Amino acid sequence: MSQTALTNIRNFAIIAHIDHGKSTLADRLIQATGTLTDREMTNQILDSMDIERERGITIKAQTVRLIYKAKDGVEYTLNLMDTPGHVDFAYEVSRSLAACEGSLLVVDASQGVEAQTLANVYQAIDNNHEIVPILNKVDLPAAEPERVKAQIEEVIGLDASQAVEISAKTGLNIEGVLEAIVTRLPPPKGDPDAPLKAMLVDSWYDAYLGVVVLVRVIDGTLVKGQKVRMMRTGATYEVDRVGYMTPKLIVTDKLSTGEVGVLTASIKEVADTAVGDTITDERKPTAEPLPGFRPAQPVVFCGLFPVDAADFEDLRAAVGKLRLNDASFSYEMESSAALGFGFRCGFLGLLHLEIIQERLEREFNLDLIATAPSVVYRMLLTDGSEIELHNPADMPDVMKIEEIREPWIRASIMTPDEYLGSILKLCQERRGVQVDLNYVGSRAMVTYDLPLNEVVFDFYDRLKSISKGYASFDYQLTDYKPGDLVKMQILVNAEPVDALSILVHRSQADRRGRGMCEKLKDLIPQHMFQIPVQAAIGGKIIARETIRALRKDVLAKCYGGDVTRKRKLLDKQKEGKKRMRQFGKVEIPQEAFIAALKMDD
Amino acid sequence: MTDARPQDLLAGVVPDPVGTPAEGFGVYLHWPFCTAKCPYCDFNSHVRHQAVDQGRFAAALVSEMETMGRLTPGRTVTSIFLGGGTPSLMDPATVQAVLDAVARIWTVAGDAEVTLEANPSSVEAARFRGYRAAGVNRVSLGVQAMNDADLRLLGRLHDTAQAREAIEIARATFPRLSFDLIYARPGQTVEAWTAELEAAIRLAADHLSLYQLTIEPGTMFEALHKAGRIAVPDPDLAADLFVATQAITAAAGLPAYEISNHAAPGAESRHNLIYWRYGEYVGIGAGAHGRIALPGGRSRLATSTERMPEAWATLVEARGHGVTAVEAVDGVSAGDEMLLMGLRLREGIDPIRFEALSGRPFDPARIDDLLSHGMIEFLPDGRLRASSDGWFVLDAIVADLAA
Repeated sequence: MSQTALTNIRNFAIIAHIDHGKSTLADRLIQATGTLTDREMTNQILDSMDIERERGITIKAQTVRLIYKAKDGVEYTLNLMDTPGHVDFAYEVSRSLAACEGSLLVVDASQGVEAQTLANVYQAIDNNHEIVPILNKVDLPAAEPERVKAQIEEVIGLDASQAVEISAKTGLNIEGVLEAIVTRLPPPKGDPDAPLKAMLVDSWYDAYLGVVVLVRVIDGTLVKGQKVRMMRTGATYEVDRVGYMTPKLIVTDKLSTGEVGVLTASIKEVADTAVGDTITDERKPTAEPLPGFRPAQPVVFCGLFPVDAADFEDLRAAVGKLRLNDASFSYEMESSAALGFGFRCGFLGLLHLEIIQERLEREFNLDLIATAPSVVYRMLLTDGSEIELHNPADMPDVMKIEEIREPWIRASIMTPDEYLGSILKLCQERRGVQVDLNYVGSRAMVTYDLPLNEVVFDFYDRLKSISKGYASFDYQLTDYKPGDLVKMQILVNAEPVDALSILVHRSQADRRGRGMCEKLKDLIPQHMFQIPVQAAIGGKIIARETIRALRKDVLAKCYGGDVTRKRKLLDKQKEGKKRMRQFGKVEIPQEAFIAALKMDD
Repeated sequence: MTDARPQDLLAGVVPDPVGTPAEGFGVYLHWPFCTAKCPYCDFNSHVRHQAVDQGRFAAALVSEMETMGRLTPGRTVTSIFLGGGTPSLMDPATVQAVLDAVARIWTVAGDAEVTLEANPSSVEAARFRGYRAAGVNRVSLGVQAMNDADLRLLGRLHDTAQAREAIEIARATFPRLSFDLIYARPGQTVEAWTAELEAAIRLAADHLSLYQLTIEPGTMFEALHKAGRIAVPDPDLAADLFVATQAITAAAGLPAYEISNHAAPGAESRHNLIYWRYGEYVGIGAGAHGRIALPGGRSRLATSTERMPEAWATLVEARGHGVTAVEAVDGVSAGDEMLLMGLRLREGIDPIRFEALSGRPFDPARIDDLLSHGMIEFLPDGRLRASSDGWFVLDAIVADLAA
């Protein structure tokens, strides 16, 4: 394919809330430009992982090149950049956006703007994007395009008078979207004669090609056989292959200024690449790397243990494989008195945690116990050193701690105003500090600063349940602040259960301790003896429940004809016991480790 | 393989010429027919609206016994049990034919116990003399309750007066008599049960089987229970009822020798002791189960037969038995079975025999743990049993000690 003039290229992203129709619109654009034959089309082509399709989220950035002959008679090369849509992947999103000049903002014409959309729109604005509002699902009876347009203008401050009204599902006015892309979004800028400067947008592992790197060429050209240097990691590679995605890989000789495409270069692991890195020519490098680079930084940690200790080696192989394709996920071996050998894993956020756990269970057929998620604390020790604490079980002796700092986030919550009262109460309970409160029609938008450790567990679930699913939530990490944090231990039958220890703010300790003890009382089956369940800080018991002794189990009759059936029942019971964890004399079912932390208030 | 006939599961079985085990050798004979199905019952019982061809079923029982006899050579029968269904629907002549066959196929011990289960109705009581003449020396009556309202709830066809009369006749006819009662019935209080049990004890049986009502899968009671139409006592009340039962029977000289069975000393059911002591037994008839020793001493052959009576008879007529499932129970599983059965007994189990059978010792940590909670105890002769507290939670104890 010959070089496309810069003026005939459009690189754009699609910004949308989950379910507002981003993937469907992408499918329609691919179809309308004849990029794939009908036979090749599957729904939501760009979400290639099963989890992505099922949950309607995008985890990996993907691109597809579309050729569109516009009404002005010119053939344009459009690069659609499908970006992850979740706050956990905010940095990845920002890099994808930085590789484009414009965005389509897709809003459901009956639902309106959601908090998550907002965060991404602001990022697009930060990246100087031109933004075209698209109202999707205008064919539905509940659609209120005029109200939603007003909302876009009011909340985001975008001119929505020229919003394109479509139905991605039926294909209504897809042409209008394509015309808006070529007429309203700007072409890329860049210097074709300057030394190569390309942004590493994302990378993934392909079983046949090895590591595939998604790039946006900013200046210069990228050609096959070129020696390139990654400016942040310092590694050099010889480029084996360049090309672009349709979303099939099409190999070409080179990628020119302004183009989005992929390269392979015998890179062994995805972990060897850093999202946001600058790729330049080894011999004739560019002077300055691209701004905005940030190394991947896990913010939430939890322990993952095999249910059956014999599966540890399988788990090790599985996390290793996943890590090949996901450099933002980290792991190190951990051993727990209660759970045996496993891994302490770091994630970008809670969704990332859930996705990894689900992929381990589904793609690798593993049964896992996940311990309570915890955030990364910074401990200033009395000897002047500073450590990061990933696991409450590793907390140093309190006498050696000068100060504990915890991560804080700024959260934006949008909600119909009838739920506002309960949501404010929830935020206050979770040590939140209100920053801002605005009304847009009957919707309230509230901004809170919250400690992340109050959010990691069930904040989102609680928010969804008190707002009957209507509130939307988004956050970004702001800073670390000192906090009066204490380690709370749970003792079952007077034995501490390390996997249930948490760091908690002193003001929350009583409530959390009581809640956990009450939960465990229901989660741990009755034993032959009475079991005290206690929460303790230091040596002080702050909450206590008692599980009564089992008074009577089944005493059915049992004769010669019952033996086989009884033995089979016993075998099942033994199987169930395998899924329990022994703490001293008490057996705790594995689901208790997560369920104990859910608060029902 | 073009042979479309079902495989003969007993074809390759090699008999174990060990002789009669110390725990005894029992013959269980199942009569699978009932006049009506009781709503709590999950036994293999069937209601037929035409007369059952007793000659055909007697011949099939005899034929199946002959096959089982070849797998258990040299055994001396210590007990025969005619269970059901309702074996008191058998003609005395049918019982006679079957018992004669037992004596022809095996040696029957001179003091063998021969039990027949019977309903306490006047029709059936009329046949008692005939059963006695055929060789039955113990009868077990399904009395179930001592008040008419609960008898109706339990779907029984007799009333209290008929039951009392049947008990009188049985006591006069047979050397030994047992009857069953079901307690922990919907709405039953400790006081009501105490009165009923004391009345039952005055009827002077030497053996009582006292079962707590359990809601079994596939029964009408299960459907009613799920629909919320009947409620059974909660575990606390059930435990109180159990405690009261132990105290009343012990005071009356009928202490529990097994979780649900009470007897005057010496009057224990020898047949059921074979099961609980994990002895050897053959199961004859539709839906019957057996445990036959296999060569080598540790493993057992578990047999079970076709449950549908007519299909079972057809199979027996074709190949001499109706066995449709066999399983070689290895030593480890046999050890589990011995625990399941043996710990139900007040006499407990012999740990040395357990180790020999299962090929493994008990986990000392588990034993210590259970001892420290007072759930099990060792007797002076070294036997291990569940303590009186442990009996309540026997399933949990067995799960702790099992492989």
